[in-house]
Parts: sequence; structure tokens; C-alpha cells
Amino acid sequence: MSEVTTAEVPWSPKRAAPGAIARLLDSKPVLIFLCLLPAVGLLLTFLTYPLGLGIWLAFTDTHVGRGGIFVGLENFESLWYDNVFWGAVFYTVFYTTVATVLKFGLGLWLALLLNENVPLKSLIRAIILMPWIVPTVLSAITFWWIYDAQFSIISYVLVDVLGWRTTYIDFLGTPWHARWSLIAANVWRGIPFVAISLLAGLQTISPSLYEAALLDGASSWQRFRKITAPLLMPILAVVLTFSVLFTFTDFQLVYAITRGGPINSTHLMATLAFQRGIPGGQLGEGAAIAVSMIPFLIFATLFSYFALARRKWQQGDDNE
Amino acid sequence: MNSSTSEGALLTWQSGPRRVLTVYVPLACFVFVLLFPFYWMTITTFKPNAELYDYKTYNPFWVVQPTLDNIKRLLFETSYPRWLMTTMLVAICSTVLSIFASVLAANAIQRLRFKGANLVGLAIYIAYLVPPSILFIPLATMVFQLGLFDSPAALILTYPTFLIPFCTWLLIGYFRSIPYELEECALMDGASRLQILRRITLPLAVPGLISAGIFSFTLSWNEFIYALAFISSSEKKTVPVAILTELVQGDVYQWGSLMAGSLLGSLPVAIFYSFFVDYYVSSLTGAVKE
Repeated sequence: MSEVTTAEVPWSPKRAAPGAIARLLDSKPVLIFLCLLPAVGLLLTFLTYPLGLGIWLAFTDTHVGRGGIFVGLENFESLWYDNVFWGAVFYTVFYTTVATVLKFGLGLWLALLLNENVPLKSLIRAIILMPWIVPTVLSAITFWWIYDAQFSIISYVLVDVLGWRTTYIDFLGTPWHARWSLIAANVWRGIPFVAISLLAGLQTISPSLYEAALLDGASSWQRFRKITAPLLMPILAVVLTFSVLFTFTDFQLVYAITRGGPINSTHLMATLAFQRGIPGGQLGEGAAIAVSMIPFLIFATLFSYFALARRKWQQGDDNE
Repeated sequence: MNSSTSEGALLTWQSGPRRVLTVYVPLACFVFVLLFPFYWMTITTFKPNAELYDYKTYNPFWVVQPTLDNIKRLLFETSYPRWLMTTMLVAICSTVLSIFASVLAANAIQRLRFKGANLVGLAIYIAYLVPPSILFIPLATMVFQLGLFDSPAALILTYPTFLIPFCTWLLIGYFRSIPYELEECALMDGASRLQILRRITLPLAVPGLISAGIFSFTLSWNEFIYALAFISSSEKKTVPVAILTELVQGDVYQWGSLMAGSLLGSLPVAIFYSFFVDYYVSSLTGAVKE
């Protein structure tokens, strides 16, 4: 950065008498306002306003093509006695918990493996990100085909190649099989993001710390426990927050593979909200389901952030 | 050289069989599992139906008589080229719009330095944590009222809600690394603040702009829920939505065509990604580290 000098930038010496507009643009408050206008304007119109509108809709009986009236807590009351809704809440929590644990376990392992001096590291790192690059729906369709009841390649290997089973697995036909199959697909897609982010965190840890620990005779577990884990915590907290948030509000994977079936057993709150709200036309009820996600999200975000980032937070952070 | 007893030598450079077992075998398993679906997608695309549904006579892992029928059907008997054009248009427009807004916002927050700049930055960061799954129902009613329903403009205007927070945050990081002295010198030479942005800040932040651009492009390409909710007519759909809703008809799934659609829908982003891998990784990790 220090090589760049101002001498390289040719300035035109047109300093005399700038016009009124130019002077206006150069005044700091006006410029700040103009610079923030597009971003803040777009976000207020298409993010903050809809967020408020969504909360309002949850208390109305709006249908597609017909404005609703305020009905108080009626939507939430009917959801309270709705088994499908509670099933979706259960599966959303289950899906998020299991998938997050697996993603972080496997992702951390992959990051540690990549942090060893393996040949072709940058190539491996590049191809490993593929599941994360490709549109989720398209890889979900591939998983749908892999989970096919009759022509599943996994069943083929288990039955015809290895002979471990005698019947093909009905991956998507029974509730628990379908639930685990979806979790597997989500973990497959989520590992690269976790691994690459944590790898970036691992690479910031100075090797001299490990050398010092080696000289002191620390075992590899001790080095992981006392050096890697604490130094990785801040980045882990951020990645975990994002991962929990996006897994909890996942929509594409479930919509593409099972659409909530069999018998509503794999509905996530987002897919149920979509099904009731858009094709079902009950915008008010859909909005109520979507709004019910907010408390969970706030809780999950605060929990993962403060539980893990506490140390960093207490020490005071210089860039906030 | 007494490698079996000297713990230290083993730990830094584990050599021989133990390293193979603890590093290479698990790594190979990871790579295999992460890439297998893509292999399966590709091999299915080129299989004729006879091989596709007959595992007894043909080995499913290989294709004996590769065929282009599935791809031909996709390109000439469906609106795939239209979907591709729509997706491209939406992705490029929303990316340009987001980058434009983000550059200005990051410039205001990081370079113009005003009171409350950090607060605005934090608010934009929090905006990134609001997921589309919560917003799509109220947005659908808004889109309907604005008369944008079933038009690409609805997507171009709503995608920036998740692109701007990310890009702004990424660019703030890049802008922060540019020394203020450059700006001060330029001010003394009589440059206006907009000239500073155009001739000093932006040229020095080009890697950040590229990162933000390709990230936004892939995110818009992959977006699903808004495109599903706001677009209804077949020829205006984006690729991910169209493949799921237009190619899946009835109870008999044409797996060959579906896999061809998935492959062709993934290829543009995959190719795009392969050109910019380094920028991509740096933006992913940079954004997380901020």
C-alpha cells in the first residue's frame, strides 16, 4: 500500500469557480445524505417496511386479492391448536440442532485436515466449495434422485454391491427416513462454508504458538484445546450465528425434495408459511407462522453470539 | 530419526502410514462425498433411458452409450434459453444496483466519517440477519400492490435487500485498508470528495469490488424463494424455479431431463466461480472475519 503515491494521480487544475451544484456536492452533510440514500432507501422500503407489514399481517385475516381486517391473536390461537404447526416447529428445531452440530463437527474436522500441509491445497479448497456455489435447488434435485425409492444409488451400493441389506431403503417415503435424509442433504451443502471460514480462522493462528507448545511437550489434544479452540472462538461464533440463522429459516431444500411430505412430517416453519400463504392464499396465517420464527431467531442469534463471543466481548473489541 | 519415540518429530511432520491414515484418507472421503452428487448429476444427464432405469444389466456408475437427448430436449423443447436469459438479466441488474448503492454507502460510512457512522454500519449488518423466509409474504403483497407481480423488476428490486448489507460490509473492510493520507493530499490539491471516491478510493478497492460483484451475482443466481413467490408465468421464471416447477410434471419424473437441467443450471455459476476462486474465497472469509 505504501508504494502508492499521490504523484501518480494526475489532477486537472480546474480549481477556479466551481458551480453551485459542485459546491453543494462537496459539502459533507449533503454528500453523506446522497451516498446513504440508495442503500438506506432500498433497505427501508424492501426490508424494514415489509418486516413491519409482516407483523401487522399476522394479526389480520388477509387473503390473496382481498385486504384483511384486524383480528387480534386469532391466527396465533388457531396455530396453537394446529398439530401441523407444532410438527413444523419441532422439525425446524430438530433440523437446525442436528444439522448445525454435524456441520460444525465435520466442518471443523475438514478445516483441520486442510490446515495440514497437504499437496494441491488451493485446488482442494476450490473444489470443496462447489456444493455451496451451485444453486441449492439444483443440488437438492440431485439429492432427490439419489434418494429415489427404486433407483437410489445408495440403496444399490448397500444391497447389490455390499450386500448389507436385502431391500431398497425408502428414503423419502416414511417420516423419519425423510427427516434424516433432508438433514444429510443440508449438512452436505453446509460443510464447505463452515470448513472454509474456519480454515481462514486457523490460518491466522501464529505457528510460533504451536512451536512453543511443542517445546513444552504439549500433546496434540492439548494444543487443540489450549491454542486452537480459544483462538478460533470469535470466528466460530460468527459462523455459527449465520449457520443457525440460515438453517433455521431454510426453505429451498425441503421445498425441492419433499415439499413437507410425507404427511406433513418434514415441514419447516418457512415451508409451512409458504404453503399456507402463497398457494393456500391465507396470507395472514402464513405471516403469523413466519412471525413465529422471529423469537426463535433472536434467541438463537443471541445465544450463539454471546455464549461463544463472550470472551471477546468482555475484553472489548477495537473495531466496533 | 528415532521417530517412534520422539513425540515432537511425529507431531509437526507426521510421516508415513499414520499421516496417510489421519489426513489423506479422511480428506479423500470428504472430497468424494462432497463431489459425488455432481458426478451423479453429470453421469445421469448423459444416460439413455434404457441404462438409467436398469441397474441389473448396466453398471450405474458408468455410461455405456452416452446420449445428448436429455440436453437437446431441455434446450429445444422447453423454454430453458428464456429462463437462462431472465436469470442472467435479473442477476446482472440486481448486482449492478447493489454494488452502486453499497459503494456509496460504504464510502459514506468509512471514508466520510460522520457522527453515528458506526451505528448506520451496524444497522446495515443487522439487516443481513433478516432472512428472506420472513419477508416473502409481506413482500408478495407489496409487489402485488406496486403492480410488479410477475415481472423481473420485482426480483431486481428485492434482491438488493440481502445483497446490499453483504456488499456494504465487505467494501467497508476494503475501504478501511486505504490510508487516509492519500485522501488528505488529494483534498489539498483541490479535489472534490466525489473525485476522491472516483480516482483514489475506487481504483484501490478494485479487488473488493470484484469480490462483491461475483458474490452478488452467484447469490442472485441461486435465489429461490422470492423468484418462486413473485413470478407465475412460465417463461418469466428463473432457472432454479423453472427447473423445479416446469420440469416436474405428473408422477413420472423425467430424471434424465431433470439432471440435465440441474447440470446446465449449475454450469454457469460453476464456470464463473472457477475464474474468480481466489476473490470468492477472500470475500467469503473476509466477510466472516469482519
